[in-house]
Amino acid sequence: MTSPDVPVVQLAGITKRFPGVVANRDVALVVRAGEVHAVVGENGAGKSTLMKILYGMQRPDEGTISVDGAPVRFRDPGDAIAAGIGMVHQHFMLADNLTVLENVILGAEPTRRGRLDTGAARTRILELSDRYGLGVDPDALVEDLGVGDRQRIEILKVLFRGARVLILDEPTAVLVPQEVDELFASLEGLRAEGVSVIFISHKLDEVLRVADTVTVLRQGTTVTTVEAAGVTARELATLMVGSELPTPETRDSTVTDVVELAVEHLTVRSPEGRPVVEDVSLQVHRGEVLGIAGVEGNGQVELVEALLGLRASTGTVHLGGRDLTGRSTRERREGGIGYVPEDRQRQGLLLSGSLWENRVLGHQGRPPFARGPWIDRGAARRDTGRIVREYGVRTPGVEVPAFALSGGNQQKLIVGREMSGDPSLLVASHPTRGVDVGAQAQLWEHLREARRAGLAVLLVSADLEELIGLSDRLVVMLRGRLVATLDPATTTPEILGSAMTGAGAAA
Amino acid sequence: MSTALKSPASTTDKRRRSLSVRPRTLALGAGLLLVLLSTVRVVSGADDITSSGTSGAALRLAVPIGLAGLGGLWAERAGIVNIGLEGMLILGTWFGAWAGFFYGPWVGVLAAIAAGALGGLLHALATVTFGVDHVVSGVSINLLGGGIARYLSSLAYGGDDRPPGSGQTQSPTVDALPSVSLPVLSSGPDLLGDLEDRGWFLLSDLAGILRGLTGDVSLITLLAVLLVPASFFVLWRTAFGLRLRAVGENPVAADSLGVAVYRLKYAAVIVSGALAGLGGAALVIGSIYREGQTGGRGFIGLAAVIFGNWRPGGLAAGAGLFGYADALALRSNDAVRGLLLFVALLLVVVAVRQALLRRIGLALTAVLIGAAFFLWYATVDSVPSQLVGFTPHLITLLVLAVASQRLRPPAADGLPYRRGQQT
Amino acid sequence: MSLLTPERAEPAPPPPAGPRVDLRRLALGIAAPLLAVVVALAVASVALLVSGSNPLTVYARMLEEGTTLRSALITVNNAVPLYLSGLAVALGFRMGLFNIGVEGQYQLAALLAAAAGAAVVLPGPLHLLLVVLVAMAVGAAWAGVAAVLKTTRGVSEVISTIMLNVIAGGIAAYLLSTYLQERVEGSNNSRTPKLEASAQFPNLDPLLRAVGIEPPQGTRLGGFVLVAVVVGVLYWLLVSRSRFGFDLRATGLSPSASVASGVDATRMTIVTMLLSGAIAGLVGLPQLVGSSYSYGLDFTSGLGFTGIGVALLGRGSPVGVAVGALLFAFLERSSATLQRIDVPTEIYVIMQGSIVLSVVVAYESVRRIGVAQAERAVRRAVDPASAS
Repeated sequence: MTSPDVPVVQLAGITKRFPGVVANRDVALVVRAGEVHAVVGENGAGKSTLMKILYGMQRPDEGTISVDGAPVRFRDPGDAIAAGIGMVHQHFMLADNLTVLENVILGAEPTRRGRLDTGAARTRILELSDRYGLGVDPDALVEDLGVGDRQRIEILKVLFRGARVLILDEPTAVLVPQEVDELFASLEGLRAEGVSVIFISHKLDEVLRVADTVTVLRQGTTVTTVEAAGVTARELATLMVGSELPTPETRDSTVTDVVELAVEHLTVRSPEGRPVVEDVSLQVHRGEVLGIAGVEGNGQVELVEALLGLRASTGTVHLGGRDLTGRSTRERREGGIGYVPEDRQRQGLLLSGSLWENRVLGHQGRPPFARGPWIDRGAARRDTGRIVREYGVRTPGVEVPAFALSGGNQQKLIVGREMSGDPSLLVASHPTRGVDVGAQAQLWEHLREARRAGLAVLLVSADLEELIGLSDRLVVMLRGRLVATLDPATTTPEILGSAMTGAGAAA
Repeated sequence: MSTALKSPASTTDKRRRSLSVRPRTLALGAGLLLVLLSTVRVVSGADDITSSGTSGAALRLAVPIGLAGLGGLWAERAGIVNIGLEGMLILGTWFGAWAGFFYGPWVGVLAAIAAGALGGLLHALATVTFGVDHVVSGVSINLLGGGIARYLSSLAYGGDDRPPGSGQTQSPTVDALPSVSLPVLSSGPDLLGDLEDRGWFLLSDLAGILRGLTGDVSLITLLAVLLVPASFFVLWRTAFGLRLRAVGENPVAADSLGVAVYRLKYAAVIVSGALAGLGGAALVIGSIYREGQTGGRGFIGLAAVIFGNWRPGGLAAGAGLFGYADALALRSNDAVRGLLLFVALLLVVVAVRQALLRRIGLALTAVLIGAAFFLWYATVDSVPSQLVGFTPHLITLLVLAVASQRLRPPAADGLPYRRGQQT
Repeated sequence: MSLLTPERAEPAPPPPAGPRVDLRRLALGIAAPLLAVVVALAVASVALLVSGSNPLTVYARMLEEGTTLRSALITVNNAVPLYLSGLAVALGFRMGLFNIGVEGQYQLAALLAAAAGAAVVLPGPLHLLLVVLVAMAVGAAWAGVAAVLKTTRGVSEVISTIMLNVIAGGIAAYLLSTYLQERVEGSNNSRTPKLEASAQFPNLDPLLRAVGIEPPQGTRLGGFVLVAVVVGVLYWLLVSRSRFGFDLRATGLSPSASVASGVDATRMTIVTMLLSGAIAGLVGLPQLVGSSYSYGLDFTSGLGFTGIGVALLGRGSPVGVAVGALLFAFLERSSATLQRIDVPTEIYVIMQGSIVLSVVVAYESVRRIGVAQAERAVRRAVDPASAS
């Protein structure tokens, strides 16, 4: 046991550059034994990169890492684990078709005379599970387990390898409130045993609930490190953003009373029959932006896909008075629905296709490049050039393959494409994710212009600034249901956050 | 500050689902099949349906299919689809026959394994290191394997100084490996054979089947049969096997835990090729190499993998089924006709079960198709020989059509993998 | 950034009007097949040395004899069915489908088209048209079986088409011997009755003579090469210029994105397989209506499998497939040369196989280089002073 003065992990002067961006600049972090240390910051503040450096996935360009006072250098995650640092990933790294036990011991298997020593492994796993209160069944098949259980297996994986410092990356992003409570209880158990936890999050209320110390990152560098007990969420938020929280602009309402999208009793069921979207009814008027707020994983993706006809559902969907229930995706899109998908690489782009081919994607049957059964390539190229100009897509040409563009520019192309299809309804999921701040503002301006012209927008976003700033009305989605309707002009992130986590109605 | 101790949910039911078929269901199913087969034999008079000759041939013919299937299993469990099994099988047959003739059957076996392994190495190189699409690489290897075999045949057996019995498209006869029989029951007093000849319902059929499976079994066959539990042991009970399976399910996760993903994929595919090569040896040792003799068995082996839900036990059952179809097709036209009756009866059983499960539509369909088969059986004296030839392939297709959707292939099967790419 | 004052960033510079055809991309496009041919020659040279021949002499003789007029005509004739087979496979490839069943599709199609053609008597062009249509329909239907199995039961088309090949062979043999063969006294020949002249495709010798080329004795240029060219053009129009073709290529590039864009995956699979099968049905026709005029058990086989190699060589483009077909046909033709100089003729099969394998490896390697280059080019253009 090291002296209590020596921090168990210390990062100093960490700098990491990638082509075109400095992810971390002169970052400092000090973690003591048995403490829960939160690292907070906005998207793009450099949290992920810092953690990747800490657990050996990346090497810093400058700076030092010390464990128990001694400087170390990690070549790969194996070195980090050997030093006692374990990462619990946000996107779980589990093999579905293997049992819990097999997943935990993978890569560190106890063997006896050539055979896997499952007996010894099982004993150790159960012992760890009891000690830290994790409650895992070694023989369960991972496929059958829920999100909360899977997370605990990830924790067990690193504990099994002797980790004394756990890094949790946005652990509550996919948990419902009950599971969050269970997780925090586990963290208590870990802390009691002298294990340190580094907790990355942008959810300030949770951070203050569970952390001892908070380090704030902004734009790649450390802003400050404070004791959790002596700071409020508002102060932290200010430190994170660098200014006051946004207040929605007062502007003339462009909302008409013509209903463009009418959804009644929409229900989407998982293959096991569980409703992931339950009895959702909503309306979006022409000239209105309806924002859907909620923790990711509460059915937003399924709702959007059901509206696009990509997922089976019950209930009715009317667009501009026409009944679209049961229609194919193509009919819906040609009927006037524009779609900016959440996963642009999987659903929004042909990565190896050229930019002009991506311009055509989803709009094959439309002018200016559809002529009967043919596609006018020249017109497609010209129109792509127009989008590139109007939306500020930074590219040397339109023949370039889409994968070569940065994420932000890809997103600009997609938004430009969808707006160019002259939709009557735009369904946008995280439309400015990965886009730099200046371009984000540009895209918002495009959206507002279109809204003035009568476009109805269904906006799903995790960016509170975007939601509050763009929406005329807010609804909150929790566990597949719409649980609250809020006015962005009068609501605050605290009220919104409470509704999103089901922590109670008014603050 | 209470630590919420989570009690593990009851997962016994789920656990049962993850294992293969329960022993009791298996026994019941086997019993039912036996009764059906016996009935068909008695009714149609085609003794070959359950004769020891047929079951012995079925076992022999199942071996190359099963070995190719094991090869497919090993590769796919590591995430690589190996369509090139046919080509590796061909290489195994050619080199097995050539080395077997000149240097004896055991050397032939070794040469066949080596040749197949080289084919596997080529496939691994193309798919793992160069990232070529798995099916494309496999198809290319099939082309190459066939070409190499033809070319080498013309070299080795084409000249005027060719070994006796060989020709442009075939090799001289290779000595056989010794075979073993079960004492007392299948040799010597041959009690099972005796029982078989009595012609009693059910007992004689069982005796015939058992005798065929235990009499005059070549050592290669024995080796092949042993490789099934051996594969299970290695893949499910050793660290190497666990890592290999993890690579096929989630290579990114495996990599994050320090598993050598590339190396394991290479190992799996080379083993895959070696097994296919051994399958080729099984075809030629004791016989000859003939151009085209593999007859698509590499692909039928892949079908057996799917049939067996990517587990060695199911794979063996699938190979046995296809081997049986192969044996019937070769041995007796009468028996194939009897097979029609068997299918009709089986469909009746299926119909009854569907009706009990209240799936009337499916039950009716089964009854109709069953009736069609019965009609076919009743109205012809024999099934045309050209149609008999593709019985195993047709059965493969039907099995796939019925079973494909309830299966669980390795999650990363067939997907390209590059170190460092994000999911 | 507050929403109150959205900042307008610097407007992006207009994209430079670069050349439509990027020279670098062109060079990369040629590099792959070139690399492949070099590797294949190396492999074949090894095989030749093993057999005791001098590779250079062999290649020289092959070139010498392969470029005579007679050889050229035969090569073109042999390339036609290979081209059609390659197109059939390539169509599937562009969508991510593997139609390995061209072999069975064309055998069945040729048999039934021959039988249909022999059973009716129609005036000239109609008779021929009937034969062609029957062939295409049968090919499409047989491919359709695999398509239905895939879309309704999830059966991989790779395995199902291979099984269907064998089944088709058996059915064809059965139908021929039982129902469709010509009853000729005392003859053991199993073939359909010979097609009337009205169903025979005219050859192109008059055309050749018109441009001053005198075809050598005993060789003719089959007229079906014109059909092949037409099919190639239609293929290009369909895949590169039509909306359907866009959907097809999009599905091949990203099934998830194409579905999100409105493509009906099931319909796409079925239609593509049917089209592929229809083209496959044409593969046997050059022989059927151009030379043998009947279908027998000795009908040319293996064209389906060779077609896969040709499609891989041509990377799915109609011109590439044509080059591949000509190359393969040239190699096949050189077997006659090889025989004369006492080299095992099967060497050409090794060359074909190793070309295919090295091509796919080369294409993949070249593609990766191209990816890295494209990314660098974009970074350079977007951020000339790529500051850290």
